[in-house]
Amino acid sequence: MSELDFSKVRGRIFDIQRFSVHDGPGIRTIVFLKGCMFRCRWCCNPEGQEYAPVTLYEKDGKQKLAGEDVTAGEVMQTVTKDMYYYQRSGGGLTLSGGEMLLQPDFALALLTLAHRMGITTAVETTGYADKETLSRLLPEIDYVLLDIKHMDPQKHLEFIGKDNKRVLENAAFIAKHAKHTVIRVPTIPTFNDTDEEIRAISRFAASLDGVEALHLLPYHRLGSDKYAATGRTYPMGDIPLISGEKMRRLLACAQESGLPCQIGG
Amino acid sequence: MQETITAFTLEKSARIPKLIADLYDHMPAIESDRAVLVTESYRQTEELPIIRRRSAAFMHILKNLPITIRPNELIVGSNAKTARGCQTFPEYSYEWLEAEFDTVHAREADPFFIAEEDKKALRQVHPYWKGKTTSELAASLMSKEVYDVFMNHGIFTVGNYFYNGVGHICVDYGKVLAIGYEGIRKEAENALAKVNVSDGDYFRRYHFLQAVIESCDAAILYASRYADLAEQMAKSEGDAVRREELLQIAANCRRVPAKGAETFWQACQSFWFVQMLLQTEGSGHSISPGRFDQYMYPYYKKDKEKGIITPEEAQELLDCIWVKLNDLNKVRDAASAEGFAGYGLFQNLIVGGQDEEGMDATNDLSYMCLEASIHVRLPQPSLSIRVWNGSPQSLLLKAAFLTRLGDGVPAFYNDEVIIPSLMSRGATLQEARDYCIIGCVEPQVPHKTDGWHDAAFFNMCRPIELVFSNGVDKGEQIGPRTGTLAELDTFEKFYAAYKAQEKHFIEYMVNADNAVDAAHATRCPLPFESCMVDDCISRGLAVEEGGAVYNFTGPQGFGIANMTDALAAIRTLVYERKAYTLEQYKEAMDNNFGFGLKGKAAEKATEEVAEALAKAGVALNEETVRSIYTSVTTQDTLPADKKAQYRRLYDDIHALRKYGNDIEDVDAFARDVAYTYTRTVENYKNARGGQYQAGLYPVSANVPLGAQTGATPDGRLAYTPIADGVGPASGRDTKGPTATANSVSKLDHGIASNGTLFNQKFHPAALAGTEGLLKFIALIRGFFDQKGMHMQFNVVNRETLLDAQAHPENYQNLVVRVAGYSALFTTLSRSLQDDIIARTEQGF
Repeated sequence: MSELDFSKVRGRIFDIQRFSVHDGPGIRTIVFLKGCMFRCRWCCNPEGQEYAPVTLYEKDGKQKLAGEDVTAGEVMQTVTKDMYYYQRSGGGLTLSGGEMLLQPDFALALLTLAHRMGITTAVETTGYADKETLSRLLPEIDYVLLDIKHMDPQKHLEFIGKDNKRVLENAAFIAKHAKHTVIRVPTIPTFNDTDEEIRAISRFAASLDGVEALHLLPYHRLGSDKYAATGRTYPMGDIPLISGEKMRRLLACAQESGLPCQIGG
Repeated sequence: MQETITAFTLEKSARIPKLIADLYDHMPAIESDRAVLVTESYRQTEELPIIRRRSAAFMHILKNLPITIRPNELIVGSNAKTARGCQTFPEYSYEWLEAEFDTVHAREADPFFIAEEDKKALRQVHPYWKGKTTSELAASLMSKEVYDVFMNHGIFTVGNYFYNGVGHICVDYGKVLAIGYEGIRKEAENALAKVNVSDGDYFRRYHFLQAVIESCDAAILYASRYADLAEQMAKSEGDAVRREELLQIAANCRRVPAKGAETFWQACQSFWFVQMLLQTEGSGHSISPGRFDQYMYPYYKKDKEKGIITPEEAQELLDCIWVKLNDLNKVRDAASAEGFAGYGLFQNLIVGGQDEEGMDATNDLSYMCLEASIHVRLPQPSLSIRVWNGSPQSLLLKAAFLTRLGDGVPAFYNDEVIIPSLMSRGATLQEARDYCIIGCVEPQVPHKTDGWHDAAFFNMCRPIELVFSNGVDKGEQIGPRTGTLAELDTFEKFYAAYKAQEKHFIEYMVNADNAVDAAHATRCPLPFESCMVDDCISRGLAVEEGGAVYNFTGPQGFGIANMTDALAAIRTLVYERKAYTLEQYKEAMDNNFGFGLKGKAAEKATEEVAEALAKAGVALNEETVRSIYTSVTTQDTLPADKKAQYRRLYDDIHALRKYGNDIEDVDAFARDVAYTYTRTVENYKNARGGQYQAGLYPVSANVPLGAQTGATPDGRLAYTPIADGVGPASGRDTKGPTATANSVSKLDHGIASNGTLFNQKFHPAALAGTEGLLKFIALIRGFFDQKGMHMQFNVVNRETLLDAQAHPENYQNLVVRVAGYSALFTTLSRSLQDDIIARTEQGF
């Protein structure tokens, strides 16, 4: 496809966040693609779960619509504004969501356009797609930040809405074929914050061919205001944060796998 | 998450915490010795030319000023007996000080203790100065209309130099280190030999050179007093180690600054005498050490090669200087103290950058200067770093590490903009490459420039008020009649009216500055300072008389963000959408968009209303005053429909696109608005034959001068702060630091050769780990690639976040980023804010 054709591809996003520094190397711009097949209880972007636009009723009484149909070319106009910072930091474009794999044509257009301008690409993903889709996208992705949330299919189903079979299968495929793969583990109280659960995920991650590192992302509830704004109840309720001390212990557990590990992205 | 900044990490000596503890042991005191001595001398020299009176007074002061060596000091020389004490300078102004005798210890900004006997001594000498100060002469030299506007209308202020000395200079420290004051004295003698009694300017050159000689002798004499004192103290010192130190101090003070320094320790001591004596001669601040790492390096290198100093020992000496820079102090009047709060003397010291040949100039001392700031964690010096395309990453990493500590230093400066900018004002390529920074952000060619930086604050928001009132302020026609609101029927006419009002008051400001400038030349020329500035000696002129190679006046404008948003709002809402008339706009602003006043502004407004009522004969009691206060704070006397109408306009203004969000046409307009100031200012000439050059920054005057400015058309409420520096108005940038930086880079920084100031607030999570520091450097680099000039950072700590919870209105643009999640702090609910605060402490 020509650049012109790629730039005309339409997709649906709910945010663009510049100066992102925890989602891949360097200074990056994250484009949040709308729609996700998972319903993680701790999700901090609940307005991105449905493909349909969602109205947010904010505290100050204002309304905001989450969900906008745009072309890849329009998105890239914003993305390229931070070209100077990408060049200086090795940063670039990160696709997140929602789940970018649910809009593969749009994602491919964005990733390709970025590459053609010398901008590095990263994705934050669950890896939940068929292999054909993954195979189409992987050549245009420099860094895959792949979530693995739990090794127990039952618990995965209970907290996320789907079991982990496909996630684990695809993880091996992605790690093998992607240029760079980092496993990210949202570390969630009551879900996966025991030593054993973290050990199990890390062991699995280390067993995959091609995984470079593992990041433990400490639970935060910064998205909880948005549940109220969309008229929903925050599924995690008042569950407290994980202490720094405990995070460091979990980090030590993860490190037993032999992978380079860190807290935070 | 852990990182090691291994380059040049040196241990902090145990001496340093002790020096700091002693320094902050007491509230700083005002001492009367200098004022008494300068008066004694002036009484005896009335028949002499002013330049001779100045050097005679300098000699008399340095002969008699009490001297002290504080415990543990390695570098000595204090112009006050008590730590952080200050002397006063009645030759500039004194009435404000006497008026504050009984309140200065209790005021909010920069309080000072003053003993009864010092009050008494000052009261005795002050009457001598009636009619003799620079301040009084400046007032009489100004046009009468200008003086009235300066004093009563708050559009601009030249108050700093009107009441105080000028300072704002970087002298030739390197020359004193190399040849000492004996060498400079020799230069003056040689120049004197060329003066013929028949020369037309004999009277000026002869007396100036004699004054230089006397000033050099005074400095040498002063150091020898310290040598005597150190020897004497050594005799009675019981501790052998300290005795040895005192003897070395004595030997150093015998040698320098009379002669060239032979060791690094002597170079440090010599530097210090220059720095402190400049602040004994005159009361100006921002006397800036400049490129300290460059002129000090040869002495360090030599000692290190000879094996007579270790890096640790050199670091300890640097740390001692850093502490001493906080020992110098100055009392300002209460209003100025608010504008410069923090006892700061703005002694700007800069590291890194290029040498005169365009090669990277970084050396070991560049790193050690950063290390000193890491060790002492004190407000002075105002540490800066020069960044160019070839700056070593390791130096920037260390600077970023220091930034993350959250003390607001260092400030980063862009060689690639400043060098051509200075060349556009006449500097050669070599000179421009050797630039340093004065005070807050002002670039200059060191020891060749009398920049008169910081010449005035110009409030760019006030001219627009004058457009709405057709030039009338407080019932007086002080500005041009730019048309009734009905006559301003196109945006072009409105914008032209703004420019006309602004130009009128810029001309007033120029008149005021030139009057103050001439007053300093007439009454307070500084022969000591001048002997270290090129080409004063060969020209036979003091700096104040135009002796420097380059002469500028640099008044700084502030409020670009507010005026960009204001003019854009008027264009859109009044002229394009025709949703409001100018009259409706004015009415809404006069009623503060239907909002009540807060805090001090509310108290002040209540007082004013109460006073007016009392004058009109209305009897007041507590209850009526309380009801006035209520109506001032809530606007409850406004009819509901009016209030709704004003609020609607307010909301419509806030829905418009704003400067600071990387929007091309909005930012292009900001560039144009900035030009209305910068391009106008550069047309004027000063009293020393030099050019005016604009700066774009407010120091912290955007708060006190904002408190004198009513509501503005950008929806800024009455008496609230005006935007800081060249950044967006508070809370209006919502796209993150890169977008803000891109907007700011769209201004023409090069034309603002008196400096621009861009502050950003950062949450430390964005800077965690070495990776965080690298990204931070990339942010600075990306801004500088787009021709940004200056960047400085406040890293948010726990205290800041707690303050933001208490005063969200001051922190509307504070972005926090946690593990990939980004939010405006003040929009989060309380419990989430608490989460962030907890995580800030954990460092992830």
